[in-house]
Amino acid sequence: MAADSYEDVVKNKETIPALEVAPQDLYHAKSFWTKYIFCQDAKVIGIQYGLTAVAIGLVGLVSSWLMRMQIAFPGLIPMDAAQYYQLVTMHGMIMVVYLLTALFLGGFGNFLIPLMVGARDMVFPYVNMVSFWVFFLAVIILAASYFVPGGPTGAGWTLYPPQAITSGTPGGDGLGIVLMLVSLAVFVIGFTMGGLNYVITVLQARTRGMTLMRLPLTVWGIFTATVLALFAFPALFVAGIMMTLDNMLGTSFFMPAIIQFGEKLTHEGGSPILFQHLFWFFGHPEVYIVALPAFGIVSDLISVHARKNIFGYRMMVWAIVIIGGLSFIVWAHHMYVAGMNPWFGFFFATTTLIIAVPTAIKVYNWVLTLWRGNIKLTLPMLFSIAFIITFVNGGLTGLFLGNVAVDVPLSDTYFVVAHFHMVMGIAPVLVILGSVYHWFPLITGRFLNERLGRIHFWVTFIGSYSIYFPMHYLGFMGVTRRYFEVFEGEAFTYSITGINQFITIAALITGAVQFLFIYNIIVSSKFGKKAGKNPWKACSLEWRTKDVPPTHGNFDKELPVVYRWAYDYSVPGADEDYITQDTPPSAVANARAEQT
Amino acid sequence: MEESSSSVKVVIPPKASFAKEWSSDQKAFKGVPWGKAMMWIFLVSDTFVFSIFLISYMTVRFSTKADWPNPSEVFGLHVGQYNVPLLLIAIMTFILITSSGTMALAVKYGYEKNRKMCGYLMLATAVFGASFVGMQAFEWTKLIMEGVRPWSNPFGAPQFGAIFFMITGFHGTHVTIGVIFLFIMTYKVFRGHFDTGKRGFFTSQKSDYEAIEIMGLYWHFVDLVWVFIFAFFYLW
Repeated sequence: MAADSYEDVVKNKETIPALEVAPQDLYHAKSFWTKYIFCQDAKVIGIQYGLTAVAIGLVGLVSSWLMRMQIAFPGLIPMDAAQYYQLVTMHGMIMVVYLLTALFLGGFGNFLIPLMVGARDMVFPYVNMVSFWVFFLAVIILAASYFVPGGPTGAGWTLYPPQAITSGTPGGDGLGIVLMLVSLAVFVIGFTMGGLNYVITVLQARTRGMTLMRLPLTVWGIFTATVLALFAFPALFVAGIMMTLDNMLGTSFFMPAIIQFGEKLTHEGGSPILFQHLFWFFGHPEVYIVALPAFGIVSDLISVHARKNIFGYRMMVWAIVIIGGLSFIVWAHHMYVAGMNPWFGFFFATTTLIIAVPTAIKVYNWVLTLWRGNIKLTLPMLFSIAFIITFVNGGLTGLFLGNVAVDVPLSDTYFVVAHFHMVMGIAPVLVILGSVYHWFPLITGRFLNERLGRIHFWVTFIGSYSIYFPMHYLGFMGVTRRYFEVFEGEAFTYSITGINQFITIAALITGAVQFLFIYNIIVSSKFGKKAGKNPWKACSLEWRTKDVPPTHGNFDKELPVVYRWAYDYSVPGADEDYITQDTPPSAVANARAEQT
Repeated sequence: MEESSSSVKVVIPPKASFAKEWSSDQKAFKGVPWGKAMMWIFLVSDTFVFSIFLISYMTVRFSTKADWPNPSEVFGLHVGQYNVPLLLIAIMTFILITSSGTMALAVKYGYEKNRKMCGYLMLATAVFGASFVGMQAFEWTKLIMEGVRPWSNPFGAPQFGAIFFMITGFHGTHVTIGVIFLFIMTYKVFRGHFDTGKRGFFTSQKSDYEAIEIMGLYWHFVDLVWVFIFAFFYLW
């Protein structure tokens, strides 16, 4: 139905809040450069973020292939230990920071926030544009480290000093580590510009009627994650500056007195543990910076594709906020074996386990949303269900690792690798894939190919379980992570080689099918089935634009007025099984919506 | 910025309770323009940066084995035959805090659309800020002449020089950026850009006196951070 004019609304005696935000002054692009390259439209910036993140993410994917080949079939690909560590490091950093963070916040955040809150654009489009190009610069600096003498850093993605900046570590005495640290600092600067935009857009630029408690959970997830990022990235930024100074100027912030090859280094009196605290004060919220947008998006996908309102919306919102808050007081559970005071371990184990409560609330609510819903096994739904299962699996192993006594023997084994890949690798990636299938019709006006999509889903889902399930057993058997070669012999049995080979083959197949997905995106954006308006019959505002795909300025002359939350599916008495957010109550007089 | 576009009358509702404002539509902070809200949230993020710098300073001060230099000797100035402790730093602090006062007055005159007064006060703030940076450069030079380096110093723990140059350098960068923007703003005030609503060169958004207040927020923040740096470096 058409958007109501003011006259209709006044006639129906429905109160419309007064307009507090003046119309936004948008810069309309005049040339190719300002339209596609230095663009100030949040949707284009979101796509730019997405493409850049995926491009560097493919480097991370190929790194993981090469690592797996080395572990399972040593010698097949010529590689020495130093190169292996460089692959480990770059894979970790690229995937966590440059792929997942940039894709969720920069990509989905830019594309979806203005559309979903009913704004014409981000509040500072120019700053937003600069944000992307600073991020792009960070990616270039990171990629440059592959081409300097000595290659990129091989310190492990945690970059712990002193080893990260001493000779002997790949890239430790060259430019590798410097470029990594500079790239991270530049990334933080670029992200801060974008992050301020996302936060202010959500807080100060919503359309009329869009209260915070009517926001789609996608926006809540991205918003909270952005707030976390604004408070957590400073720690990484400062640690990066201090380590660069240690390396370039010879200061001793993180460097204790060290004797290397019989010679005393010039450093003296620094605190390596300080770096670990700073790194994980960033690093743990970072986990939730990646996870919270996934939580939010998956709630929306489940609700749309099960045609049912989200169960316990308010609880979902508060769970996101509480998880965000708690994520700042659990960081030292990454440091149980670093030699902390045991009472610290007690405190951090307690706070860590408390996080299980809001997280479990979310999982129950997803399952209860599915309960007796009209479940459509579309591709987004398949990925969402896969996410719930994977997240529960990854979360349960977190309970083991969160307890000090259980963690100590499992620390630095493949059990840890399996845990965090399940919970913050595979689970968010499944959500990303599902949401690409969901929002692709909005971005291009066409569906992705269904048949290729199903192949993609099943190979990805079964493949990632084939990779990470066996890793738990490797961890129990004591196989340490980050080892260049695992020898058979007294320590490890024959079965470990077999499991490793199985994992590697699964990883090769699972990685390859992602290229099928990319092929699908490229082909379908030109030749895919036409989708039309609102193909999933969703309630939220991003599908209510005048043109699909939405053009610059998003909405028609007048911004939509919101009358209800984003989850009015299968409301008794309504003609359709969904009522969009901008439908006034008078248009669906017989509907008995429980919550607006 | 949005207040300046005159096509829609901005409605600022009467003050409501905290919970009511947050559960309302459109804006969580009623009557707060976008730019101001953004500056506030940026400053909270920047507070984290400086807090982490200072916490790192405290940690390293405890982790180093060598003795920490005595600040009243290191930062003293010789006036005639007397060694006056903290003289330079007292002047610097006084100047920076004075500049906060002129900044606040500039904001007041800005909202009264008093172009001249606003401009002069902005200029005064910028000059105070520039002289602060100048004195800091003098202090750096003095310490470097005495042999203080990021990696070592003659007074004791090598971390002293490292932390000092890093944190005062980072704060000084903030002040310098502030001074540059203060000069740009002064120029814009005198040229009357805020009265005519001239569009920005990069952003193509209309200029408004609100920008002075946002500038002021940043400037007061930089001053406040200096108070903490002063306390932790020079008095501890």
